[in-house]
Amino acid sequence: MNFRVIGVNHNSAPLEVRERLAVPDAQLPDAIRSLVQQPGVDEGMVLSTCNRVEVVASTKQAADLRGFLGSYFGVSPAVLNGHIYEFEQRDAVRHVFRVASSLDSMVVGESQILGQVKEAYAVARGLGAIHSALEALLSRAFAVAKRVRSETAIGSSSVSIASVAVQLAEKIFGSLEDKTVYLVGAGKMAELAARHLIAHGATHVIISNRTHERAVELAESFGGRAVPFDQLHETADHADIILTSTGAAEPLFRVEHGERLRKGRRNRPMFFIDIAVPRNVHPDVNKLDGMFVYDVDDLQAVATDNAGERKKEAERAEKIIELEVDRFASRMKSLAVVPTILSLQEYCETIRQAEIDRIRGKLGTITPEQEAAIEAMTRGIINKLLHTPITTLKSSTDHPEAATIHEMIRRLFNLNTGKPKE
Amino acid sequence: MLPLFWLRVALSLYGVGLLYALASFWGGRKVLTRITLPAVGLGMVFHFVSIIENAMFSGTWTPTSMHGLESLLAFVLMVFFFIVYARYRATSPGLAVFPLVFWLTFSASSYASPSEPAAPIFVSLQWIYVHVALILIGYSALFFSFIASILYLIQERNLKSKTGMHGFWSRLPALATIDEIGFKCLIWGFPFMTLGLIAGSILAEARFGTRYFADPKILLSGLMWLVYMVLLYTRWNAGWRGRRAAYLATFAFGAAVLAWAANNFSQTHRFIAP
Repeated sequence: MNFRVIGVNHNSAPLEVRERLAVPDAQLPDAIRSLVQQPGVDEGMVLSTCNRVEVVASTKQAADLRGFLGSYFGVSPAVLNGHIYEFEQRDAVRHVFRVASSLDSMVVGESQILGQVKEAYAVARGLGAIHSALEALLSRAFAVAKRVRSETAIGSSSVSIASVAVQLAEKIFGSLEDKTVYLVGAGKMAELAARHLIAHGATHVIISNRTHERAVELAESFGGRAVPFDQLHETADHADIILTSTGAAEPLFRVEHGERLRKGRRNRPMFFIDIAVPRNVHPDVNKLDGMFVYDVDDLQAVATDNAGERKKEAERAEKIIELEVDRFASRMKSLAVVPTILSLQEYCETIRQAEIDRIRGKLGTITPEQEAAIEAMTRGIINKLLHTPITTLKSSTDHPEAATIHEMIRRLFNLNTGKPKE
Repeated sequence: MLPLFWLRVALSLYGVGLLYALASFWGGRKVLTRITLPAVGLGMVFHFVSIIENAMFSGTWTPTSMHGLESLLAFVLMVFFFIVYARYRATSPGLAVFPLVFWLTFSASSYASPSEPAAPIFVSLQWIYVHVALILIGYSALFFSFIASILYLIQERNLKSKTGMHGFWSRLPALATIDEIGFKCLIWGFPFMTLGLIAGSILAEARFGTRYFADPKILLSGLMWLVYMVLLYTRWNAGWRGRRAAYLATFAFGAAVLAWAANNFSQTHRFIAP
C-alpha cells in the first residue's frame, strides 16, 4: 500500500493549465473509473475545484499516475511537467491533511474546501473506488480539519473569495447601496459571494442559470429576480456586478459583449467576478474602459495581501498537521502488520487442527475432559510460541528495520505463498 | 514689508503640504499624513489674514496685481480642497493642489511690493471683484475636475492591474467617489465660470467697447469655456469618464492656464491701465 497524490493547484499552475485539467461534475465518475482501472492503482479519488485538480490514490509501486493525468486529459507531458506536484506516503498524507484543513487553499482558512473534499470522497466511494486505505486516510483528514478549525483561529478571520470580492467592489463603487448583482450560474460559491455583497449593501439581485428552476429557487431566497439563461445578454446591462460561475467551456462574455454593455450602461463601470474554471469572462474584457474583470487567480492576489494576520494561525495549524501525520503514519504501520498477525495465527491454527485430527484415531475413546485438556495444551503451546513474534511485529512498527522484520517473519512462516494473488 | 509677513507664514505651512505631495511618490510618509491637514489648514487661516490686510492696505477687495491674484487663487483652491475633504474625506486631490497652492503663494509672496495703490481702472470698475471672484471659483472647480480625472485614471489602472492594494496609491478614494468629485466640481464650477465671463464682458464693454473682444485673453477664455461645455455635455449625455474624459479635462485645463497666463501679454486685460 502506497499513498500518492498528484495534481496541480493555484500555486503550481496558471489558470490556463488548470482549465485544461478541470473535471466537470458530470465527468467525475468517468475520471475515477479510468483512474482505478490503471495498472497498479488499488484505490483512487479525484478532487477538482476552481483552484486544484488532484488525484489521490493508494497504489502499488509501479503505478504511473503522471501518465494517467497526461493521457486522460490529452495534455502533453511538456505542458504538465513544470506545473505538477507529486507526493508519496508521508508527504501525500500531509498534503491531503493540509488540503482538507484549508492550509493549501488560495484563501487560507476558507471553509469551502472541506466540503469539496468530502464531496469528491463521496463520489469515489459511491463508485467503489475507495476501500480501507483511502477510507482511513480521508476519515482521518476530516477529523484533522475539524481539529485545526477548532484549535486555531484560522477560519475565524477567514477572508474568503467572497469578502475579497466585496472589498474590490467597494474600491470601484464606493458604496454598494443601490447596486445590482447579477449571478450567472447558481453554485454554492456564487451564492455565498452574493450573500456577502448583499450584506454589504447591494440592493438588487438578478439570477440566471442553465437550470432555470434553481435560479428561481435562489431568486426567491434572495428576494431577487430570475432570468432565463437565453436572455442573459439582453439583461446583463442592468448589472453593476456580474458574478459568473457556470461550467461553460467557452467564455460567456467576450470583448464584443463588453463593448455593447459599456454602451448600454453609458460608460458606468462594471465589475466582473469570474469564479468559474474554465473562465466565463474573456480576460480581454478587462482592457475595456470601465470594465474590471477578476478571475480566481486575481482574487487570490488580493487575498494573499490580506493573509498576513492569518499567517501565525496557519503556523499553529501546520504544527497540528505534523503531529497528526506522525500519528497516522504509525497507525498505518501497525495496521500493516495486522494481516501478518492474522495469517500467522491462522497458519498455526491449521497445523494444530491437523495434528489433533491425526492423533485422535490413535487415542481411541477419550472423555470430554481429556479432549478439553488436549485442546488447552495445544493452544497453550502455540500461543507461547507465537507470543514473541507477534509482540515483536507490533512493537517494531517504529523500528527503522520494521519492514525487514515484517518480511522475515512472513518468510519464516511461509506466509507469502499461501495467499491468493490479488 | 508687513503685508507679506502672514503670507510667508502661510507659505511655510503650505510647504508641509508640498512635502506630503512629494513624499507620496515614494510611498507616502505616515508622519506627514498626520500633520499635513492641520498644517495647511492653519496656513489657510494666515493666508486669509494676509488677504484682509492686503485689501485694507490697497483700499479695494480686488487684487491690484498679478501677485495679489495668485494669492487669491491659491486661497480659493485651498477653500475648495477643504470643501471636498469635508464632503468626501478625500485627501488625494492635495497631491496636485498643495504643490500648485505652494507655487502660487510662493510667487505671490516673493515680491517686495505686492500691493501698489490701486490703478485707477480698478477703482473705476466697481463691480470687477465680482468678476474676479466668480472666475477664480470657476478656475478652481475646473482644476479639481482635472485632478479628479487624473486620479480616476490612476485608480482605474490600479484596479485593472490587479496587483492588489499596496502602498500609497491604494489609499485613493473609490473609483465612483473620484468620479463624483470630478463631476460635481464640473457642474458647480460651470455657472461660476459662465457668470464670471459674462460679468467680465459687461464690464469690459462698458469701459472699452467691442474692440476688447479681439484680445487673445478673451479668445482663450472663450475656448476654455467651450471645452468646458463639451466636457459637461459628453459627461451628461454619454457618461464619458476615464481616458476620454481625462483628455478633455486636460485640454480644458490647458486652455484655462493659457487664459490665465494671457494676463501677461494681453493688450487690455492686465494690471496696468491701458
